[in-house]
Amino acid sequence: MQSEYGGVKMNIVSLARFQFAMTTIFHFFFVPFSIGTIFVVAIMESMYVHTGKAEYKKMTKFWGNVFLLSFAVGIVTGLIQEFQFGMNWSDYSRFMGDIFGAPLAFEALLSFFIESTFIGLWMFTWNKVGKKLHLAFAWLVVFGTLTSALWILTANAFMQHPVGFVLRNGRAEMANFWALLRNPQLFYEYGHVVIGALLTGATILTGLAAFQLLKKRKLSDVNKKIYHKTMRLGMVLMLIFSLGEICFGDLQMRYIINEQPMKFAAAEGVTHTTGERAPWMIVGYSDPKTHEVKGIDIPDVLSILAYHKTTGSVKGMKEVNQELEKKYGTHIDGRKMNYYVPVNTLFWSFRVMCGFAALLFLMSIVGLIMTRKKKETLYQHRWLMWIFAILTFSPFVVNTAGWLITERGRDPWTVYGLFTIAQSVSPKVSVASLLTSNIIYFCLFTILAIVMIALVVRFLHNDPDEYDKAQEASKVVDPFSKGAI
Amino acid sequence: MSFLQILWFILIGVLFSGFFFLDGFDFGVGMAVKTLAHNEAERDQIVKTIGPVWDGNEVWLVTAGGAMFASFPYWYATLFSGYYLILLLILVGLIIRGVSFEFRAKCTPYQKPIWDTTMAIGSVMATFLFGVMFISMIKGMPIDARGNISATFFDYFNWFSIVGGIALTLLCYLHGLNYITIKTKGVISARAQNYAHALYWVLYVGEVIFALLLIFQTDFLRVHPIATWVCLILIVGFSVAAHVATFTNKQGMALTCSGLTLISLVALIFCGLFPRVMISSISSKYDLLIHSASSSNYTLVVMTIATCILVPCVLAYTIWAYWIFRKRISMPRIGEVK
Repeated sequence: MQSEYGGVKMNIVSLARFQFAMTTIFHFFFVPFSIGTIFVVAIMESMYVHTGKAEYKKMTKFWGNVFLLSFAVGIVTGLIQEFQFGMNWSDYSRFMGDIFGAPLAFEALLSFFIESTFIGLWMFTWNKVGKKLHLAFAWLVVFGTLTSALWILTANAFMQHPVGFVLRNGRAEMANFWALLRNPQLFYEYGHVVIGALLTGATILTGLAAFQLLKKRKLSDVNKKIYHKTMRLGMVLMLIFSLGEICFGDLQMRYIINEQPMKFAAAEGVTHTTGERAPWMIVGYSDPKTHEVKGIDIPDVLSILAYHKTTGSVKGMKEVNQELEKKYGTHIDGRKMNYYVPVNTLFWSFRVMCGFAALLFLMSIVGLIMTRKKKETLYQHRWLMWIFAILTFSPFVVNTAGWLITERGRDPWTVYGLFTIAQSVSPKVSVASLLTSNIIYFCLFTILAIVMIALVVRFLHNDPDEYDKAQEASKVVDPFSKGAI
Repeated sequence: MSFLQILWFILIGVLFSGFFFLDGFDFGVGMAVKTLAHNEAERDQIVKTIGPVWDGNEVWLVTAGGAMFASFPYWYATLFSGYYLILLLILVGLIIRGVSFEFRAKCTPYQKPIWDTTMAIGSVMATFLFGVMFISMIKGMPIDARGNISATFFDYFNWFSIVGGIALTLLCYLHGLNYITIKTKGVISARAQNYAHALYWVLYVGEVIFALLLIFQTDFLRVHPIATWVCLILIVGFSVAAHVATFTNKQGMALTCSGLTLISLVALIFCGLFPRVMISSISSKYDLLIHSASSSNYTLVVMTIATCILVPCVLAYTIWAYWIFRKRISMPRIGEVK
């Protein structure tokens, strides 16, 4: 279906895709932010319970508030995700509901209930329940977020690499639930996404602490110590998770060489199948018409990256396209098909992702060396602190880049090899409806983003020490105080 | 129709019942922020009654949606794509309500009224439109042979669905008032009870009009006369019981009965639909049926096992959370308000 608005031709598929991109990207700003920060905050609270030092409690409460803001936006934008499969992609829902719905329902039953209930308990029961029970609430929220990711990625992994199904009654039906969970794609994807989320949390809290130290010249010793400790903890976690991320990224890329060769070829900008010693393109640009990628090659490196040895050829997009045309045909449902993916998007997203992962890894090492007990010099180098502060924003870019590779690299499929994007859309939703929803979401997200940033900035005018004291002082106003529990 | 298909039809109804029972009072409290409270301190007081629990209550909706997707994908696909703009507005309502809890706690006092307003507007939007959606659904929608809806404005908004939407909004508001009565101390509790005294009279009028429209505009009475009458009587009966309880100051009773009114309404909808899940106004042969709209037997088995394990756990810790937060919420004493 196609309509014209102000001379611009629009069709439902492109509008529905734009909307999906917009809503998922916006949602996924907050998902890893929340998963990561609650994990770091739970570690902080564990340190408090373990050592009994008040500074850790202040730290936990302070950063916990940043988490709560992110979580609030995360859940409400998550509602859109669940609804829009039916709203915009009804034929996809009919085709995939038998498989896709179950993980989604489990996610709600197992994860969302735990998260939401225990966040409520965690928020409102400081000093009201035992320290250890309160800590358990935090870790239960972490458990909820981590299992939530597992279920939704089970669904996504199926879309990347369908397993454990049969085609029956014109749809994909589940044949083996365990096969869905044993999907190798799920293993790589889950590791990659979850470690990425934890890295996000560590990077953001390190960065925000750096901001606080840079912006506030007159900090009390207690506050200074709390920010220093936050940075130190953040950098330790950054080191661990960036290293983990690099390993998992490597595993995942080497896995898709065979599973989704087009995605791999596009991410590395390989137009024609290479010789035994594959060169690696460091920068390049693809002509969207010819799919030829031109750029600067470094000899042999791609073989090393792809196979961890000096020889090994990588298939090019031209050859992969021919193979896929042979396998799936040049026409599906009367639509002419080719199997190219948006090369520049994948190529550059991939470079952004890897570049930042390396940068975070290096910075965490530098930071840790410069904050060791003997020689704590990091905080005097303001330019280095600024790098940490600015890196606060990097996870948002990197996470988006990662999903662009994963999702755009699956073109033209929604379910790889089974169901195309054009087949998935809701056939009777009009262009006008889609345009309306796109505009409304766009406006709503803009407002939410502005308010969210403003509130985080406003909250950061506080400092952990004073914030905690103010909270304790206003305890009388607190509804659950005075032996409420 | 297999046993599992019927079971899942009932379970979807149970999940929506849970949603309306629990999130119903959250919506009511959200509306009361702008209508019941006279000042900022009172607004804080009533928002605090649901502060720790509203999020968990909303998960019932997420679960109902996910379970519908998993067990009746054709129903999910038809309903959600057919009610595109209505659901869009419901989402907007749920979003602006959802963020307002956290935003109003962290913003400047000057901006606080903005988030109080969005909380109230979001709550009204979501409940009213849920009412419109479910009621127009039981009236029948133009569903074609492929299960797609191409409806006009008046298919969504007609006398019946508008009355249904208003009645549901009022029900949730009353449910919220009953909740505030039991969860607060002092003037606000008494005021909520007074509001409920008066508003139940309005609800009776709404219920009678709704029942008449239901009799004439749907085929419920023809298809399931006994179940329909029983549910209608239960709706009115529980309303009266809740009303009486507000007079005799049995606050727990009032809250339970207003919740049961909502559950009876869900029961009415699901009983009337059976064995269909959606009614086509074009031709009865395009109706979506339980047995043809459902997932495969294997998926239903997997879902059933998971549900049997997880739902008791969910109920257990939810009840425990409510028990932790059982204390009534009082006004901050004078001089302590920031």
